[in-house]
Amino acid sequence: MIGLIDYGVGNLFSLTSSFAAVGAEAEIVSTAEGLKRADRLVLPGVGAFRDAADKLRAAGLVSPLLEEVGNGKPLRGICLGMQMLFEKSYEYGCHEGLGLLSGSVMPIRDVVPEDYKIPHIGWNALKLTRPDCPLFRDLKDGDHVYFVHSYHATGCADSLAAVTEYGGELTAAVWKGNVFGCQFHPEKSGTVGLSILKAFCGRLS
Amino acid sequence: MITKRIIPCLDVKDGRVVKGVRFQGLGDVASPVDLAKYYSDAGADELVFYDITASAEGRKLFSDILTETARRVFIPLTVGGGINTVEDFDRVLKCGADKVSVNSGAIRNPDLVREAARLYGDQCVVLSADVKRVNGEFRVFAKGGREDTGMEAVGWIRRCVEMGAGEVVLNSMDTDGVKEGFDLEMLDAVCEAVSVPVIASGGAGGIGDFITLFKTLPKVDAGLAASIFHFGEVRIADLKRAMADAGIPARIV
Repeated sequence: MIGLIDYGVGNLFSLTSSFAAVGAEAEIVSTAEGLKRADRLVLPGVGAFRDAADKLRAAGLVSPLLEEVGNGKPLRGICLGMQMLFEKSYEYGCHEGLGLLSGSVMPIRDVVPEDYKIPHIGWNALKLTRPDCPLFRDLKDGDHVYFVHSYHATGCADSLAAVTEYGGELTAAVWKGNVFGCQFHPEKSGTVGLSILKAFCGRLS
Repeated sequence: MITKRIIPCLDVKDGRVVKGVRFQGLGDVASPVDLAKYYSDAGADELVFYDITASAEGRKLFSDILTETARRVFIPLTVGGGINTVEDFDRVLKCGADKVSVNSGAIRNPDLVREAARLYGDQCVVLSADVKRVNGEFRVFAKGGREDTGMEAVGWIRRCVEMGAGEVVLNSMDTDGVKEGFDLEMLDAVCEAVSVPVIASGGAGGIGDFITLFKTLPKVDAGLAASIFHFGEVRIADLKRAMADAGIPARIV
């Protein structure tokens, strides 16, 4: 069972529907027991980093999540959920993340020229820096996915798995061991997105 | 490189897709769910659903259609029509909408834009404006284009963006239904005034009109149309191919 972590940030309707569309059994989980029961976990999220991190903490899910992932359970962060995998975020101040991956979340304006609009909204092409990532099994360079964001992970070092070009290079996906993350929305990225979700349900090593 | 988006718009009344030509005369097209799936498979980058129902039963039917669409279609879904309160935002977001478009509701109560952006984020709030030239100025119209608000359009749009609207759909009533091309002059004025994505609406008659739009105004992010897609006059796959051939970044499925 894929556990979609519900901590009061965003709604999980589209994610639930898209996992159903690829034939996966996905369930919304919001407790430590739920996290334990799931075979794989998805950390979604929209909105502001600080608010989301606070809510995850208030829900008492940080330690259980770190424990499950520490034991090797696959975790996939999506959009803000991916940003939370990192050590810190500089969105309106400096806030601590889960620290599962090294790097920090910075405004994309740092690499995006003035004449580009922010947020980065729309369909953009992926450049796979780690084509061997198990989630990219059915993907090719140049496939388009849907982005909506103003911040991205930087200093990801060896976890960087895909980038996208928007006047500068933005972090699109990361992967290290059993921890995966994507800045774009696979649940809104048509068949390409569904293939990435499906791959997360399959063999990951 | 980020692609230019092509967005079919579905006006939904009593559970069916309709399209008003110059906002009048409604003809039945197809089931909204089937049409949405068809467009998504054909390469549409996003869909807009406008609820033009007035009755409570119609609204319930619309919610059911929206939910069913969101279960089967995995591209961004914007919903508009009858959005007057944050409760309306909540209602359609729970049915699977990703963005909510406000028009008359924001004209009646501009704070709606601010409040919704605070609750759901700027990226969720789309300002839709029906604009027409009156006495040499761009004027905002309310109630589906039936009522002149007397407000100058560019200033109104800029104000809504400052309050948190994350995207703008600019529908030119002067070119809508005429099928002789988008309103480049009006679009240019709005693109110069705001820094959020601008979606062009009203006037597309063929593939060439989209090419002209994106070539002439590189600041425009997306093109929206209804009847030319519904009646098969323009196939989305052909449009995308023509865009790519013209050097316009397009997502081809």
